[in-house]
Order: sequence, then C-alpha cells, then structure tokens
Amino acid sequence: MDSLLIKNLRASVAGQEILRGLSLQVPKGEVHAIMGPNGSGKSTLSKVVCGHPDYEVHSGEIFLDGEPILELEPDQRARLGLFLAFQYPCEIAGVSNANFLRAALQARLPKGEEIDAVAYYKRLYEKMDMLEMDRKFTARSVNDGFSGGEKKRNEILQLAMLDPKYAILDETDSGLDIDALRIVADGVNRLRGPNIGILLITHYQRLLNYIVPDVVHVMVKGRIVRSGGKELALDLEEKGYDWILKECAEEISA
Amino acid sequence: MSDKPDLNLDVDFGNFNVPEHHAFDAGYGITEDTVRYICDVKNDPEWIRDFRLRALKTFQEKPLPTHWATEDLNNIEFEKIRYYLANSQEPKRTWEEVPDDVKRTFERLGIPEKERKFLAGVEAQFDSEAAYSNVKEELAKEGVIFVGSTEGLQKHPEVFRKWFGKVIPTGDNKFSALNSAVFSGGSFIYIPPGVKVKHPLQAYFRINAENFGQFERTLIIADEGAEVMYMEGCTAPRFGTVTLHSAVVELVACKGAKIQYITVQNWSPNVFNLVTKRALALEEAEVKWIDCNIGSRLTMKYPGVVLKGRKARGEVISIALANNGQHQDTGAKMVHAADETTSNIISKSISIGNGRASYRGLVHIPRHLKGCKNNTECDALLISPESRTDTYPAIVVRGQGNSVQHEASVSKVSAEQIFYMQQRGLSEAQAMSLSVNGFVNDLVSQFPLEYSIELKRLIDLEMEGSVG
Repeated sequence: MDSLLIKNLRASVAGQEILRGLSLQVPKGEVHAIMGPNGSGKSTLSKVVCGHPDYEVHSGEIFLDGEPILELEPDQRARLGLFLAFQYPCEIAGVSNANFLRAALQARLPKGEEIDAVAYYKRLYEKMDMLEMDRKFTARSVNDGFSGGEKKRNEILQLAMLDPKYAILDETDSGLDIDALRIVADGVNRLRGPNIGILLITHYQRLLNYIVPDVVHVMVKGRIVRSGGKELALDLEEKGYDWILKECAEEISA
Repeated sequence: MSDKPDLNLDVDFGNFNVPEHHAFDAGYGITEDTVRYICDVKNDPEWIRDFRLRALKTFQEKPLPTHWATEDLNNIEFEKIRYYLANSQEPKRTWEEVPDDVKRTFERLGIPEKERKFLAGVEAQFDSEAAYSNVKEELAKEGVIFVGSTEGLQKHPEVFRKWFGKVIPTGDNKFSALNSAVFSGGSFIYIPPGVKVKHPLQAYFRINAENFGQFERTLIIADEGAEVMYMEGCTAPRFGTVTLHSAVVELVACKGAKIQYITVQNWSPNVFNLVTKRALALEEAEVKWIDCNIGSRLTMKYPGVVLKGRKARGEVISIALANNGQHQDTGAKMVHAADETTSNIISKSISIGNGRASYRGLVHIPRHLKGCKNNTECDALLISPESRTDTYPAIVVRGQGNSVQHEASVSKVSAEQIFYMQQRGLSEAQAMSLSVNGFVNDLVSQFPLEYSIELKRLIDLEMEGSVG
C-alpha cells in the first residue's frame, strides 16, 4: 500500500528530544488529522519529515511510498512528492509568486526541458480562481506584505500547483477568519482524492468541521497515544485534552 | 531560473585562454623605458609622450591609498606585471580578418553573435589592443565616431585633446596615474549634436595573458542633445598569479545630452580591478552609470558624476557580489557644482561566504548652490554568517534649499527562507540564487533585457559554486 510511513521516530532540536518514538501511517487517498496539546511536538513532526536542518533524527525511519527519505535533502524529498503548508510561511522579497511557482515546477523537470508558459498560466489562473485570489497576486512578491489569511491561501495555491503525493498542513487554520477558512477548506477538499495523502496538524477541532478526516490521531509528548475516527476529534473538543493525558499517563512518562 | 540559456554561459565561462604569441611585449615591470617602448610602438604624438612620462612620475611618487583602502593593495607586485602585450596596433573591421585564436575567444564569449542581434557597434580588446572594431555604417554616416583610444588621439585630435584627462586628472589617484602612463586600448566615442544612437555600443575587454596588466582608456563625448548607451563586458582566465586591470573612463555629456554606461564584469578571482570612472554633466545633461561587479580578488571602483551645468542629473546604480575570498569596494561620487542639479545613488551588495562588500559614497553640495537634491540608498545582503559588509558614506551638504536623503539597510538570507524554498523543490543553490535575484530585482528590471538575463545567469553560477 502506498503511504507516508513513519516508524519509531526519535528527533531533537537544540539538544532537547521532542519526538519520542513516533509511528504513523498516512495511506494515499486518506486524510488524517493530528491533534494534541501545545508542546506535544506536532510542528516538529512536520519539520522533521520534510528535512529541516535544525532537527536531528536519532533513530527511526520514514518511507514515502516505500522509499526511505531520511537521508535525502529537503528539496529531494519535495521533488519526490512531499509538501508542507507552513504554519508561518516565509517572505521572499523581489521574487514574484508567478516566478517562484514556475521555478519550483521547473525544478521538477528533467534538465533541458522547459515549462510551457501558456499552459502554466492557464493552470495557475484556474487554481487562483478556485481560491478566490485576485490576478494581481501573481506579480506580488512571495508572501511579502501579505495578511495572515493571504499567506495561508498562498500555501494552498502552491499545494494545488505542485500536486504532491503527500501534503502536511501545519496549523493551516490558525490566523484565518471564518470566510478565509471556508475558502481554504474548500480548496483542500477539492484536492482530496485517491492520489494524495493529507496530514492535517491542528490544535482545534474547528478545521475538522470543514475538512472531515478519515482518521484522527492524538499526539502527546512526541508520540501518537490514540487513534480513531472523526468522532475522536469531537470528544477532544468536548472534553479537552486532560482526560487523554490522564488515561495515558503511564504511556507518556515511559 | 526560467531564463533560457541562450547566452552560452557555463560554469567555466571566461576561464580559458589561448597560447601566447605576442609580436609586441614591453616586458616585466614599469620604467621610463617601458613607457617609451609603448610610445614607439603606438607611434604616439609628442604631447602624449610627455603626458605619459609625467604620469609615470606621478604614479611613482604617489603612495598606495592604504590609509583608507585595504592592505591587500600591497600584494600587487608592479615589477612582476607586463604592461603591454599586442600583436598589432590596427584593429580589424571584419571578424574574418581577426586571427583565428582571438576570433574563437570572442566567439566563445558570444560577442559576434550579440553584435548581429542587437548592437550598433563593437570593439573587442584582446590584452592591450583591440582586435576588432566596427560601427554600423548608418551611424558612421551620421558622424558617430567609435574607435580605439590610439586611433582617437591620432585621427581626431581636435575633439580628443579637448577632453582627454580633463574629467579625471592624471593625479586623481595612483591608479589613474598608472593608466595615464601606459594606457592602451579602450574606446573613443563621439556622438555629434542631436544624434540619438538607438542601439547600444559595446566594448569587450578580454585578458588572455598571465602576469598581465590591462589599462584601457575610454573617452566618450556626447555633444549637445546627443544620446548614447555604451556597454562593457570583461573576463579573464583564472591564473595562480595576479592580474591587474586598471582602466580610466571619462564621459562628457554636453548640454542636454544623455549617456548611459553599463558594465557587467565577471573577473576571475586573481584580478585586481582598480578602475576610475567619472563623468562631466553639463547643463540639463543626464549621465547614468549602471555598474555590476562580479568576481575579481579586489575591485575598487566609484563611478562619479560632476554636475557642472544647471539641472544636470547624475545617477549610479550598482550591484556588487562578493564571493569567497573577494572584496568588492565600490560606491559612487556625486559632485554638485551647479544649481538645481540632482543625483541618485542606489547600491546593492551581496556577500557570500567570507566575501566582503564595502560601499563608499561621496556626495558634495557646496554652500552657494540652490535647489540641489541627492538620494542615496544602499542595501546589503549577507548570505553566510561570516560574510561582511561595511558602509562608508561621506555626505557634505551646505547651504539652504538643498536636500539629501540617505537610506541604508542590511538583510540576511535566513535558513528558514532557504528551507521554505527547498521544501518547494528548489535546490539550496537555486534557493539562494532566487533570494539574491529577488534582492536586486528592482534594479535589474531597469537594465536592457540581454544584460538582465546575463546578470541573472551570472548570479546563478556564483551561487552554484558557493554551495558545497
């Protein structure tokens, strides 16, 4: 089965262990959500999977459709089909959105092959229309002077354009008002399908009303401690995280 | 990144040479005999002989400016440099006549191709002398002169002598004196009144020989209401020993004239590039220097404009890229000498690895003038933790009713930004290159298209080489 498979992953940043033997499988075609209290290591997980140089992996394995990726550079992982929608997207002054996306797509082509500019813009405009983005947006510098909502929408546009096999959405709902959340969620829902596995990282259940997950995982102190259906998210919303912390106290401290 | 590689630049671009066989060689070191040898070979008129010999004295007397400039200048061994190497003093008018090895060199650098595509005239200098020089016939008919400095002083003495050495006096600095003593090659351009040259004129300065100094001398005069755009490119092979490039460039923009001077240099890292460039702008004239400094071991260059006539306008736009082991010490000078003159300086520098970029600016507006304006912006981008940038602005503004603006900024390419771009599939080098191109984008968009593409590709190559 094609999947993004994480096995027994241990990783630290600045000498502190954050992921403590985490295992998770996101099969292609499914949407999984990871929820967890602040500090449980959710964002660290997304960075480690994508190869951020600040994080050190001590043990464990990550496979993308069976291929081990831990030894690969971040860009190699990206070109294999891994995408991260950042919680805090970076600004790149002087580089237009259109040129940035074009460069990213160009990087996926074999040497000597050129992107068809006409087809590229046609597709770009389609995706922008889907996300209700103004055409002027193509000429603006990447995330430069964007509002929080515009940045998040831009992440989803990039996701739509780069067409990854697996996408991790890190707190995509944070900083979005209800209209922007609806547009972003509609965009993600339209991208859902048999050819993509999606991992939503979120602190709140709110996003999951709009993007309904197939599986919900609860992450506490660097591990997945519970997995279940979408109703698990509703339980957490209703009861908070405390009951789960109590229930797994032994597991967590191990 | 999306640019098509139609300019035939590759990683080794410029790093090649052909075997030496010079008919004329002034030997190593510089003495009166060296200067006399050059005079004899070039058949210089008496006044140029005197000019050169006086300049040699000035050069010998002047100390290196290490009280403000880098001590690295002490590493130039003047006695180990050859000051004149040539095969002929007569440039050819067609590429067919140019010797094969020299022609192949310029073909590899893409010069004949560019000439066919978009240039109005070309001069291609190989070591000390131009191997090729040609200007489109229709321009020649309008009275446009585009020749080498030797031909200029011999055949057009009335215009040449009037301005030669007047914008930059011999004793301006040690290296302008050195150039004045041994100059050879460079361009002499005269645009008659009212003639607007539509396509650019291009000079290409190629160093082929080892232990060599290239001392071209350029004088461009745009007569009243004339307009011209001049572009220069430079490369040299990479040698283990020092190569010296020390040019003097003088521009004269008469009343209402416009001169744009564009440099895209890509020196190998053993070149000391110590160049003096200055323009004189008369009433309502406009001079714009666009200066892109990539490569070299040390570049010291501060293009200037003396704003001598009312409402004259001067502009310097410069981009410097200091890679590992390189020092780009660049900037601009704006000397306001008439009312209502305006000047604009925009400088952007990028330091990579342990590269160092320094900005030196001089803006001078004396007390008695009215309605003068200067705007200076200098921005530095640091790529690595050990990269270095310094800014030395000297702004002297006296009197009422003159205005000056100065803005400076230093920014860094953050690891987060690089990770973000890598996550989208760009390699580390591509990501850095994109950041750097973004940083200079607002300036590059003002360049003629061919040069903005060339500059982008040069930046890509520098970044590729800088990432391990």
